[in-house]
Amino acid sequence: MTTKLFGTRVQRVEDQRFLRGHGRYVDDVAVGPTTLHAAVLRSPHAHARVLDVHVDDVLDLEGVHAVWTYEDLADLSTAMADPLPLLIPHPTLTHGRTQYALANAEVNYVGEAIAFVVADDRYVAEDAVGRIRVDYEVLPPVVGIDAARAARNLVHEDVPGNVGARMEQSNGDAPAAIAAAPHTLTLDLTVERSACQPMEGRGTVARWDPDVNRLTVWTSTQTSTGVRAAIAVKLGLDLGQVDVVTPDVGGGFGVKINHPWPEELLVPLAARALGRPVKFIEDRREHFISSAHERGQVHHVEVGFDDDGRVLGLDVTFWHDHGAYTPYGLIVPIITSTQLLGPYKPGAYRVSFESLYTNTVIVTPYRGAGRPQGCFVMERTMDAIAEALGKDRAEVRATNFIQPDEFPFDQGLIFQDGRQLEYDSGDYPASLEKIKELVGWDEFPAFKAEMAAQGRQVGIGLACYVEGTGVGPYEGAHVHIETSGKVKVATGLTTQGQGHATVFAQIAADVLGVPIEDVEVVTGDTRRMAYAVGTFASRAAVMSGSAIHLAATRAREKVLRIAADALEASEDDLEIVDGVVSVKGAPTSSIALGTIAVLSNPLRYAFDEQSKLATQFSVGDPGKPPVAEDDEPGLEGKDFYSPERSTFASGMHAVVVETDPLTAEIKILRYAVVHDCGYLINPMIVEGQIHGGVAQGVGGALYERMAYDESGQLLNASFMDFLMPYVTEVPTSIEIDHLETPSPLNPLGIKGAGEAGVIPSAAVFAAAISDAEGFAITAMPISPSELYALRLARSSKETS
Amino acid sequence: MKPAPFDYVRPGSLDDAIVALAGDPGAKVLAGGQSLVPLLSMRLAAPSRLVDINGLPGLDSVEAGPDGVRIGALARHADVLASDDVRRVQPLVSLALADVAHATIRNRGTTVGSIVHADAAAEMPMVLRLLGGSVDVAGPSGRRTIKADDLFVGPLESSLHHDEIAVSAFFPALPAGAGVAFEEIARRHGDYALCGVAALVTDDAVHAGYLSVCDVPTVVDLTGVADGDLGDAALEHLDPGDDIHASAAYRSQLVRVLTARVVAAARRMAA
Ligand SMILES: Cc1cc2nc3c(=O)[nH]c(=O)nc-3n(C[C@H](O)[C@H](O)[C@H](O)COP(=O)(O)OP(=O)(O)OC[C@H]3O[C@@H](n4cnc5c(N)ncnc54)[C@H](O)[C@@H]3O)c2cc1C
Repeated sequence: MTTKLFGTRVQRVEDQRFLRGHGRYVDDVAVGPTTLHAAVLRSPHAHARVLDVHVDDVLDLEGVHAVWTYEDLADLSTAMADPLPLLIPHPTLTHGRTQYALANAEVNYVGEAIAFVVADDRYVAEDAVGRIRVDYEVLPPVVGIDAARAARNLVHEDVPGNVGARMEQSNGDAPAAIAAAPHTLTLDLTVERSACQPMEGRGTVARWDPDVNRLTVWTSTQTSTGVRAAIAVKLGLDLGQVDVVTPDVGGGFGVKINHPWPEELLVPLAARALGRPVKFIEDRREHFISSAHERGQVHHVEVGFDDDGRVLGLDVTFWHDHGAYTPYGLIVPIITSTQLLGPYKPGAYRVSFESLYTNTVIVTPYRGAGRPQGCFVMERTMDAIAEALGKDRAEVRATNFIQPDEFPFDQGLIFQDGRQLEYDSGDYPASLEKIKELVGWDEFPAFKAEMAAQGRQVGIGLACYVEGTGVGPYEGAHVHIETSGKVKVATGLTTQGQGHATVFAQIAADVLGVPIEDVEVVTGDTRRMAYAVGTFASRAAVMSGSAIHLAATRAREKVLRIAADALEASEDDLEIVDGVVSVKGAPTSSIALGTIAVLSNPLRYAFDEQSKLATQFSVGDPGKPPVAEDDEPGLEGKDFYSPERSTFASGMHAVVVETDPLTAEIKILRYAVVHDCGYLINPMIVEGQIHGGVAQGVGGALYERMAYDESGQLLNASFMDFLMPYVTEVPTSIEIDHLETPSPLNPLGIKGAGEAGVIPSAAVFAAAISDAEGFAITAMPISPSELYALRLARSSKETS
Repeated sequence: MKPAPFDYVRPGSLDDAIVALAGDPGAKVLAGGQSLVPLLSMRLAAPSRLVDINGLPGLDSVEAGPDGVRIGALARHADVLASDDVRRVQPLVSLALADVAHATIRNRGTTVGSIVHADAAAEMPMVLRLLGGSVDVAGPSGRRTIKADDLFVGPLESSLHHDEIAVSAFFPALPAGAGVAFEEIARRHGDYALCGVAALVTDDAVHAGYLSVCDVPTVVDLTGVADGDLGDAALEHLDPGDDIHASAAYRSQLVRVLTARVVAAARRMAA
């Protein structure tokens, strides 16, 4: 009997391959011994005019096949001379700017591509890069939000004040509500820059096939359809001439949703121009200085509240550092500005932000995508209110929660997808009860006192978030039942290790009544599914999962129709178990899915015993067309899922930390998570996502940052100095409890889970450290050295 | 991250290795590669020739006798750390090695290579100096012994000549009735420390060795200093700096905290 797989801890089908080293990443794609290798000359200056690029010394280097600068691009393809696309325009992005594939007379960050070299191997390519001489006129750089706001220097001459966009949204009259409130507070809150650092960096391989005028590109991306469209436009090809295949991807975490990267265009361009396959594999230093960063924002909060801590008015202004260009539009600050509200319903809300240029690496979404900053701002505000009123921090939050009977709840704002910010479902009071229980919230004061008696300092933090997941516009799926009875599922979005092949197979297997081993899932291959959007915003399960459910349901309908015919039974009396359709209660009257697939495709030619069943002298009513007018040959289902708006997952994290009174080291004693992403397709996979998110969040809160100096040099562009946590730095156990509040917006009742684990980290650690130290932490991340500095500043203030 | 072109030789005898080194002023010794290879890959170093000493016979020994511990140039950190004899004869070597990098790096990196590399943030150069050890080197004009005090001449700079190969390092045994201790604070487990301190307490003297708080591994004589003043007394001889991971003030605080802790621990061991 096939049991329902949805909701069970099915082992990941990917893991055997990954754990045994059989994963196949872009660098493993073998396009042949003639493959050439690319390297890029990158700007050593944060801001400079490029006066001249001397490549003469390079061309005579043995093994070098091409050296291109901006001047060469137009001849190779007209559109290559234009700036890279601005992917997500917005009316308030009045001064959007994107870079050129190769710098056109100006560079705006250390790492910006200036010249592209193609050689026999990467060693020679790097030798060649080292020989290119560039004349620069160095310009004063703008580094950091303060410098951008001061605007003494401009990143782009034609962008006054370094302001790319200015945006405001409100729901009610927040300033008036604050003015009338019995209590008010102001807070200044900062989150520094960081980056997501997938283990596999960017990489692209391309092969041009001159016999058929077609291009095949393998690239490490979160959107193969997006890259395909961009390549077609930039290389002057029809979409039908370009296939983009995404092999295994060693982590995306957001950075690979931005596209096309310069190399994603230059590699196929070179493959076409040189008539040989070309490969570019980014190295770690390049990833630091020429991919994307995120998180850097400065916030000012004004809040008015009543005696119970109920927020009457909330007015937030913030400054977002988007780096040198704006290819991904305003998605990150829009998400901060809307998702900041979390599970709360302030009486009135106003938010405004400026998105600022700096001479640093571009900013595009990194797991959480602006939510960690929003959560930090809101949760620090909640803690400040509790502190001001002398109230329990959990109680103040509960006072402000949207209640379970208030859904759908409209926050009165426009979300990142251009649609109304309307929460579909949730139960925040229940989550709060669970997290308090899980972490021992009510018992903590006694523990704290006990520790204090031993001279130890401990603190507890709590942070709540709501995450809009599963944003549109759509995803599709194609389900094909083969004559072997095996099921092939294709969906167009890409996968980066999340376990899609497992959960998508669970969904398809449940609908079609087949064992999960018989289902094979393909993602991110434009040859198999040409219409798709991509993997971001915790959307894969909701979007492709729903699409696969719909497509499989269509295939099932056809299975039952043909089977009913063959078994001379009513469709309603049929069931599919273990790949066999039978009449309920009469198991001998049955037919295998593979046989139905044979019957679905009327044949002229037989090629084995099975296919004889479908040949013209065996089946069909000679009085009717072999394929009915409204039917198609084959046993397939295809469908698309396009929801009205996002689903809203939620959760709460709590952490207990100990801070060393002498060395200011910060130790994690306990970490607890309550998570609600609707019905769980596979609890083990959701927990894995949470574990990974928490680990990444620990990095973001306590270890990682981009250390730019004032000249715009990134001082820690390696894993030696960018302190990604090791397994020894993340909590040894993460206590997890789930709540399952289904979404009414999709057939499976699911919500996204990919980003959640990282959203509340800065907030929850800041809260716990503040509790341990007895003063408020207002800037994250924080290191022991910084905590020590805060202590010193405080004690010198107290003595003076 | 691909090295610039270089010649590669893997001699089978010490003499051949010295000849290979002497024959090219741009040549460098390759031992475990855990420091050198990253430098090559980032093109921060571009030697014209690498003389790989991993094929030299008889250099991988770890010997612990009554006088002390002698570690051959090809003994890996992990070999030394695994030796109970080393731990018995000079516990400080083992205590400090446990904080050198991570298991995978200790499996490959050599203790002698780490000493010759002379990183002021590394554990073993400081330990060698605190214990008054030495390094035996071989060159075109024969062998000589360099005392630890004469070895570390500047940041990442040892007094070996370009054409000399370190063949072993010697750490004197812990005298009877003496005590040692080591503690460091790193941002992450296994990282180079923000500050590390070792103490050696004997009948008549107290010395502490410091890493990451000056340009070269530094030893300070704390004999006779009152317990409450140890750290501040040490700071008079040290020069903690600012970097992206820690301020000078924080490093100074770590000097105070760790000095007090290791001197106390070494005293307990001595007692
Ligand atoms: C991620 C990481 C973390 C690390 N953390 C630490 C740490 O916390 N503490 C620490 O102490 N070290 C650390 N290391 C460095 C590690 O201990 C190295 O192994 C060691 O410093 C050098 O030893 P090696 O055998 O690898 O030398 P190599 O890298 O082969 O050589 C280093 C230098 O010494 C020279 N050299 C080596 N052997 C000889 C010889 N016999 N004679 C003459 N010259 C020689 C080489 O020419 C080269 O200049 C770390 C390394 C990495 C990659």
